[in-house]
Amino acid sequence: MPLTAYLILAALVFAIGLFGVLTRRNAVGILLGIELMLNAVNINLVAFARFRADIGGLVFTMLTIAITVAEVAVGLAIVIAIFRVRRTIEADHLDLLRG
Amino acid sequence: MAETVGFWLMALVLVGGSLGVVLSPNLFHAAVLYLPAALVATGALFWLLDSPFLFGVQLLLYAGGVVTIVVFAIMLTERLVGESIRQSSRYVFNGAVLALAVFVGVSGFVIQRAVPAAPAAVGGEQMQALGRALLGPFALALELLAVLLVVALLGALYFARAED
Repeated sequence: MPLTAYLILAALVFAIGLFGVLTRRNAVGILLGIELMLNAVNINLVAFARFRADIGGLVFTMLTIAITVAEVAVGLAIVIAIFRVRRTIEADHLDLLRG
Repeated sequence: MAETVGFWLMALVLVGGSLGVVLSPNLFHAAVLYLPAALVATGALFWLLDSPFLFGVQLLLYAGGVVTIVVFAIMLTERLVGESIRQSSRYVFNGAVLALAVFVGVSGFVIQRAVPAAPAAVGGEQMQALGRALLGPFALALELLAVLLVVALLGALYFARAED
């Protein structure tokens, strides 16, 4: 398959993840959407590494995967901490910082 | 030929799983069924792109680790209070328009640009090259990543600690 096919597939997954982030009410659902978006970026990086024979893309993919896992761990810890205080993780109800 | 079939198959699973993640009314199904499907399909795409090592990393960290953490979070925040696990979406139309605009914009840009048609030659020593790159030109990034992991560990512990 040509590089373009991989890039367009990644763009589609990114758009789907963006849709999830924008429309989900549950904070965990929003985090899942972010996962999809980061995943799409990884497809791009690996595809470029393959088609340009550059090892840098693979290194960056490994770094993004590790960073994403750390982000999920901290994000979900924050969600659980919020749930303890507010008894809800509906994003619409978490508007304490709204001016 | 096999690569083409595998690509379309994995693309189908990936897009279907992604749509399931963002559209499924049951958050638990999204986390234990659709998200792993999408992540494993992504790993298979890595394999098709001649990166079997990243396929293993993807399975271990994403399909294994992230899904487990997400399931824990759902169980801790939904089930304990006995609320229904169903969830709804808002701004569906606006979100769809924006996501479609992003997709069309990126795709149009990608199609217009000239990209290398043929895959470049791949060396057989990918893992060795990866290790050398991680400890050579990317050594600082690797060390910073180690710092980040420690900070994330401490941060997660801080947020999840027992109440005083």
